[in-house]
Amino acid sequence: MNNNEKIVPELTKRRHRGPFMEVMFRLAKSPLAMFGLAIIGLLVFCAIFAEVIAPYSPIKQDLMHMFETPSSEHWLGTDEFGRDILSRLIYGARVSLQVGFIAVGIALVIGGMLGAVSGYYSGWLDNSIMRVMDVLLSIPQTLLAIAIVAALGPSLMNLMIAVGISAVPTYARIVRGSVLSIRSMEFIEAARAVGSSDLRVILKHILPNSMAPIIVQSTLGVASAILNAAGLSFIGLGIQPPNPEWGAMLSGGRQYIRDYPHMTLYPGLAIMFTILALNFLGDGLRDALDPKLKR
Amino acid sequence: MLRYILRRVLFLIPVLIGVAFCVFTLLYLTPGDPARMVLGDLATDEAIKEFRDKEGLNDPFLVQFGNYIYKAVVHGDIGRSYSTKRPVMKEIMTAFPYTLKLSAFAMIIAIIIGIPCGIISAIKQYSWFDTITMIFAMIGLSMPVFWLGLLLILLFAVNLRWLPSSGFSSFKAMILPSAALAAQSISMVTRMTRSSMLEVIRADYIRTARSKGQKESIVIGVHALRNALIPVVTLCGLQFGHLLSGAILTESIFAVPGVGRLMVNAIMSRDYPMVQGGVLFVAVTFSIVNLLVDLLYAYIDPRIKAELK
Repeated sequence: MNNNEKIVPELTKRRHRGPFMEVMFRLAKSPLAMFGLAIIGLLVFCAIFAEVIAPYSPIKQDLMHMFETPSSEHWLGTDEFGRDILSRLIYGARVSLQVGFIAVGIALVIGGMLGAVSGYYSGWLDNSIMRVMDVLLSIPQTLLAIAIVAALGPSLMNLMIAVGISAVPTYARIVRGSVLSIRSMEFIEAARAVGSSDLRVILKHILPNSMAPIIVQSTLGVASAILNAAGLSFIGLGIQPPNPEWGAMLSGGRQYIRDYPHMTLYPGLAIMFTILALNFLGDGLRDALDPKLKR
Repeated sequence: MLRYILRRVLFLIPVLIGVAFCVFTLLYLTPGDPARMVLGDLATDEAIKEFRDKEGLNDPFLVQFGNYIYKAVVHGDIGRSYSTKRPVMKEIMTAFPYTLKLSAFAMIIAIIIGIPCGIISAIKQYSWFDTITMIFAMIGLSMPVFWLGLLLILLFAVNLRWLPSSGFSSFKAMILPSAALAAQSISMVTRMTRSSMLEVIRADYIRTARSKGQKESIVIGVHALRNALIPVVTLCGLQFGHLLSGAILTESIFAVPGVGRLMVNAIMSRDYPMVQGGVLFVAVTFSIVNLLVDLLYAYIDPRIKAELK
């Protein structure tokens, strides 16, 4: 009796939480996901307030203080032009996050639309869209991005376009898959029966209900977009100097690795922790959004 | 089964033509006149016009594309490099063995380390071994291959002086590049083996095998492993393709004279036939590897085999 009384209010209380809070609540139970979220929060903060936080200018050269190892003045040392590495990393967060989110945004909008249309209409339209996606999928993602940047020329915008487009097929497939599984459900039939247009059915009913795999894939996608972009910058196809970008910083420090390893160490750590954080968060979200794990 | 293989091989043809079309269009739209690039800035207008006529650069787009495909299929000719003037195919063929060796080596490392780690992690779920393996796998996934490569050079070539930092001629020189390239695949294989093993271990037929008194080693090694490895095989195939393209970064760090470095150099010197040929070549290899994996998949999974019959 006592037990029941205890359980019942708890159950009703749980039911009152909205779907968003429910997911956040479950996410909060995973320490790794929280760790990831904290690091991403920190990076976003750095990116927004870079001017305020960074102790030095990221591009101003100071030839009196070249190749300095970490000290109280320059916490992470300076590079071959005497630029403060910490400041460059902070400004670099802006570039990396921008590339990561915008590239995934591009991939999500284009891929999502293609996938939704493909899954909803099926037939020849589905067939032709998916065959084009098959073609794009048969070029490895990094290589496709390299080819696109090589054609467009290296710049921040082109980098985002290249990384974004190379990820389109992945999203198209995922969205198509979840649209297919929802399309035949009764509430979609009901929506159609009351006269909703196709566009409304897709945008209002199908997409919101197929969000879970898309959210997980996007989080992991930001990680791989940042990694891809850093790789492209590393081989000189991304952000051009003197702009601070982590991959480009690594590439710049590479020739001094024998004498000044700190120049390659810190940008690499920055990339690794960002990717690690996004991967942890993505894994956590996958578990939190998985209805099978719901109690 | 034969019909399935035939259908898959035939299906490959439109995909590859599609890939060629994408790559060709992409580089066709690139600003810059190829004739200028080959002949240099000092060339006369006359010479440029002659070159354009000879190379068919004035033809309509589709005609140019048709010629490209025709030459590629019939003669295996995918153009000439602007910078070395040698046929692209020849250049790629001299470089490809290095890339193949590098990728194959990395794949072997990934399988040798990844599968046992994944199995032990799954059997001893939540043990310290499992936790540590999973943390390392996560770090391996998050580490940029070019940074790991630099760290390995710093440690083993600069500080310890055990291994050479560049080249690919001796076995010793192959260790660092392969290890750097393998890191991500090791993590993927480990995680995949673990999760698929965990799923299989809970299956009814494993309980049956145990309850009939089978030895634990046989239950795991024969009953569970065979079924758990099916998705791992697919992953390995996909990974192999990614290794081929991941080799681009690894090769440029360790100065391995493979296809990746060839392509990076080609991009830098705007040697478009080379870029085009390189992308096409890797895409073809990638597709063929995926096809082989799918066939292998059908071969090792009796359920798929039965479906095909």
